[in-house]
Amino acid sequence: MTERTPGFATLAVHAGSQPDPTTGARATPIYQTTSFVFDDVDHAASLFALQTFGNIYSRIGNPTNAVLEERVAALEGGTAGLAVASGHAAQVLVMHALMMPGDELVASKKLYGGSINQFNHAFRNFGWNVLWADPDDIGNFERAVSPRTKAIFIESIANPGGIITDIEAVGNVARRAGVPLVVDNTLATPYLCRPIEHGADVVVHSLTKFLGGHGNSIGGLIVDAGTFNWSRGGRYPMLCEPRPEYQGIVLHETFGDFAFAIACRVLGLRDLGPALSPFNAFLILTGIETLPLRMQRHCDNATAVATWLSKHAGVAWVSYPGLPGDRYHGLAKKYVPKGAGAVLTFGLKGGYDAGVKLVSNVRLFSHLANIGDTRSLIIHPASTTHRQLSDAQKVQAGAGPDVVRLSVGIEDPEDVIADLEQALAAD
Amino acid sequence: MNHDSYDDLYIRGILNSVKTIAMVGVSANTSRPSYFAFKYLLERGYRMVSVNPGLAGQNLLGQPVYATLLDVPEPVDMVDVFRASQHALPIVAQALQMQPRPRVIWMQLGVRNDEAAELAEANGLKVVMNRCPKIEYGRLSSEISWMGVNSRTLSAKRAKPPVRGVQRMSLERVTMPGGVTRAADRVGRRGGE
Repeated sequence: MTERTPGFATLAVHAGSQPDPTTGARATPIYQTTSFVFDDVDHAASLFALQTFGNIYSRIGNPTNAVLEERVAALEGGTAGLAVASGHAAQVLVMHALMMPGDELVASKKLYGGSINQFNHAFRNFGWNVLWADPDDIGNFERAVSPRTKAIFIESIANPGGIITDIEAVGNVARRAGVPLVVDNTLATPYLCRPIEHGADVVVHSLTKFLGGHGNSIGGLIVDAGTFNWSRGGRYPMLCEPRPEYQGIVLHETFGDFAFAIACRVLGLRDLGPALSPFNAFLILTGIETLPLRMQRHCDNATAVATWLSKHAGVAWVSYPGLPGDRYHGLAKKYVPKGAGAVLTFGLKGGYDAGVKLVSNVRLFSHLANIGDTRSLIIHPASTTHRQLSDAQKVQAGAGPDVVRLSVGIEDPEDVIADLEQALAAD
Repeated sequence: MNHDSYDDLYIRGILNSVKTIAMVGVSANTSRPSYFAFKYLLERGYRMVSVNPGLAGQNLLGQPVYATLLDVPEPVDMVDVFRASQHALPIVAQALQMQPRPRVIWMQLGVRNDEAAELAEANGLKVVMNRCPKIEYGRLSSEISWMGVNSRTLSAKRAKPPVRGVQRMSLERVTMPGGVTRAADRVGRRGGE
């Protein structure tokens, strides 16, 4: 028998799933159950003590969710995954396993606005201090790191500006500091970029976006790369010290290269509780089966739209790393060679009013605050998500009065462009 | 033999062919991996033999505990070394004195001793280092997938009926190519130690 490594598209369809042992069902069943019976008392005791593998209660694990976890872990090239209720929940669980009150997190300044809020407010309330670093100069990360730093956090492609971060360079900073590099890979998906190959120790996802891909389910996922030594220096007590919750078990010693995913599950998910519904897991799994097809189409359409916009008389500028001449085009060629994703921003010469007019006049684009749907989506941040900020703050956040963000869908590109054309021309 | 990376066929071949496993360094402390790996393998149908001088003469999960490998009164197929790396060499030397000799030396997750491996291999024994047979059994049977772990195997065949109860799977999962069991060494390669 020849062993060959299955390709990405094969993993997207198969990884983690197997015909059901009892019924032979080929699609992954939705195990819509809260709990699972034990073989006997001894089996129950072994499960609760983490001494054998198996199902107990759907807040801690569920067979439908487990298929999703293994699939995304396989696509990212990690050792294990953990599915949770949202991308935000994934970030909380990752930091819960790493940080104690008073510890520091160094994060890229260019992040999804929801993450900036979460880190600035919710995380600070937990006593986890955030230091922001501009990713355009890697030295900023180096300078921000201190002995209290427990993690560095970046996005592979940052939302909304189309900023590509030099993952390898930040990974080297993390390595020298002895802390894990956590990468949010939501906008790229593992089809375009596999951060573990560039030095990430943990990858997080909002499954809500391109992995699910159909705008129907909120979900999040953590991937353990299996690359970080949690026992060195005793800096990560959740992983390297005996856990009183589990009769003194040491997670890193017991679970080796997938201990981080287990820690997020048995300490984070069990005790904080943001479990993913198995129904959502099923919908997201179905979406992932076509991820390679959809992502390539998203990228091709976005490139066509960006190119068209860059020649439009009413458009002042276009920010899309897939365009030659874009400031991040060089990094895009290294990290996302198959395409720079579906999300782009552009500036209207007519400023705020032109932005409001555009989102009012589109017919095919949906005016809403999401990205990563089969449908094309549009938002004018200055009049919606960033409305409460001052003009200076808006510009700082990449949401100036003239900025429009698109998440280009997988429709016929001619129809997408025609809709923008008519909306920009309308009075 | 490349001990940084094992082929799935190699690991599956060992776990499918050995019947009796002597675990050196077994523990009676129920929260230690050297206890529950023993118990897990026992429940999967292996004949498990306990070796620990501190527990010699006692019973562990119904099995008598022996002081050394040379006290074990029956043939064993595999010796599982659950001791720190520096103790592996004398354990291999002792295994080589057993009659008949075991066919496999398995050193636990975190245990690696290249000198001991060379000695065993020079005498025709198979060697696995820095792996846990419980984790490998869980991975290759896909039981470990219930914990979201990447089994690095695929199958389009219906799983075989569970061995016992409803949450136990047999090792007879037909895997399509799974690559190699190299993930555990990534930490080392990245200079994690």
